[in-house]
Amino acid sequence: MKFFQSIRGRLLIWYGLLLAAMLVGFGSTAWNLERASRLRQVDAELQDRMAIVTRALREYHPSEGPSPTAMNLRLSPDDRALFSGSDGRGCYYLVWLREGKPLAQSANAPQDVPRPDHDEVSVRQRGTMREAFLFTPPVDCLLVGRSVANDLAELRKFALLLTLAGTVVLALGLAGGWWLISHALRPIGEISNAAARIANGDLSQRINTSQTESELGELATLLNSTFARLDAAFTQQARFTSDAAHELRTPLSVLLTQTQASLARERCAAEYRDALVSNQATAQRMRKLTESLLELARLDAGQEPLNRMRCDLSLIASDCAEMIRPLADARHVSLALNLAPAPCEADPDHLNQVVTNLLKNAIDYNREHGEVRLTTRRENGCVLLEVSDSGIGISPEHLPHVFERFYRADASRSNGSRGTGLGLAISKAIVEAHGGSLEASSEPGQGTSFVLRLPAR
Amino acid sequence: MRLLLTEDEPELLRALADALREEGFAVDTAEDGEDGLDKALAADYDAIILDVMLPRLDGWEVLRRLREKKRTPVLMLTARDRTSDRVRGLNSGADDYLVKPFDLDELLARVRALIRRSANQSLSHIDLGDVRIDLALRRVSKAGENVELTARQFALLEYLALHRGEVITRTTLYEHLFDENEFSLSNLLDVYVSNLRKKLGHDFITTRRGHGYCIEVS
Repeated sequence: MKFFQSIRGRLLIWYGLLLAAMLVGFGSTAWNLERASRLRQVDAELQDRMAIVTRALREYHPSEGPSPTAMNLRLSPDDRALFSGSDGRGCYYLVWLREGKPLAQSANAPQDVPRPDHDEVSVRQRGTMREAFLFTPPVDCLLVGRSVANDLAELRKFALLLTLAGTVVLALGLAGGWWLISHALRPIGEISNAAARIANGDLSQRINTSQTESELGELATLLNSTFARLDAAFTQQARFTSDAAHELRTPLSVLLTQTQASLARERCAAEYRDALVSNQATAQRMRKLTESLLELARLDAGQEPLNRMRCDLSLIASDCAEMIRPLADARHVSLALNLAPAPCEADPDHLNQVVTNLLKNAIDYNREHGEVRLTTRRENGCVLLEVSDSGIGISPEHLPHVFERFYRADASRSNGSRGTGLGLAISKAIVEAHGGSLEASSEPGQGTSFVLRLPAR
Repeated sequence: MRLLLTEDEPELLRALADALREEGFAVDTAEDGEDGLDKALAADYDAIILDVMLPRLDGWEVLRRLREKKRTPVLMLTARDRTSDRVRGLNSGADDYLVKPFDLDELLARVRALIRRSANQSLSHIDLGDVRIDLALRRVSKAGENVELTARQFALLEYLALHRGEVITRTTLYEHLFDENEFSLSNLLDVYVSNLRKKLGHDFITTRRGHGYCIEVS
């Protein structure tokens, strides 16, 4: 059954059993103590009466005449009153001579009281009668008794009261236990509800931690931060996908417009040729974009193969600088190199890609007759490569975003030669896959500088 | 019909402008939001094609500022096709909405429909006596016979027909038939009008000396 398998059910059953056992133990002890105390009281009273009868018997002497009877056992009127109650209220006495011959008895003594045997102890319980007896001269046996029916009835009432109180306490205890357990387990319900909503796709859901200050609160906080990271990752992924789709839509529009316009009517060969050339350029752009997207996806998943080997960042830098020099010359931008040895362990092809990209940006976004400075050196256990330009710089509001995918500070910076919008994002991902860092700093109007750091060999 | 095309992607801008010009539109172009807004406010375009993602001023802002002053029909182009984006576009005063990548034919059809609607012309053809002008198929027939017209001639006829009964000044005609880059000879308009009269009948277009041209409604 489900209830017995739940934590709440099992806790409650154990708790209930323990409470019931404790209550039964306490109740029976209390009842036994009460019973013993009452019987001790009765026994004390009986001993008291016994003393009176004994005294009266001592004062009697057989020589004084006929054997004493109930009537003539010399009791003072006060004492006699003690032995007069009927209906089991008062005490009674019986006196036997040797051979079991009754000698005397009080008027209220019940019929057929058997004479105690010698081997019995001094007190006996006979039905509802409590009787104390004494084998003593000058007579054989002296018995004083009393009905304890009332005491027994009161003890029964006491037992009933104890049972009732015990039941109430058990019920209250179970209810309190239920509440406590429910209260303690509520965060689990909240956690599982939130997890269910998240599993259903609503990643913005969080567990309400305001009511969970217990050990479960730590769990909830931990889960919440996990959910937040998941949410952020999903959001980033979704935005990236939507951005990628958006970036592909524009060249697709160009392609569609161009081909549909060309096909709208008969044209001469030169016009078809122009259209095809333009289409090819657009398709190349799409190819570059998809290649960049795939490279970024591989870097994200940690699947881009890095062929690490001992290399020198300064040699890579000088190679890149030589390769890019024609572009710099075409833009009338001078390249200033200051390359000190910077040994590291890295994939030279990938680093080449990063440095080329940084240099290309520095040339593209430079002013006419500007300067690009390329520096490498060793510094504090790192090797460092710095590319700085003398362009218009990047304003502080855009600077934190330059490594974001498809982020463009201002389309006017692109000078018509648009990149994929992924170059810096890929560069950063490559450097970070090497355990290094890539940072940008800029002074608007003065220029921008990118610093690449890798662990030195 | 004169259009303003605002699009920051140079390739798309060039391809679209060429295609639109071939269809007989006079096309002005702008590559960013500020330039687009300035031009849209300065001239009376028959329709504006506005990209949403623009540098300097985005398409929404251009639309908002334009709507403070003018009712020029606007078709928004966007790369985002979520319903909320479409709703936003239509709610903020755009007259139509097209998602990239689009079909050129659909864009042309929508632009023409926009222009017709803004001239309160709900049918896609206009009958003037025995002359029928089919605005969707860009065809003219007289007494059932097809009449061959150049794109410019058709554009002139279309403008006058959409504003039939009104006297249209030469300046207005120049503004709506030629774009910002065309150096138009002052007598070019007279040549077009005389060609149209030859094909459709001398009284089809009347000249109000000192005022302009008019297609009378019988």
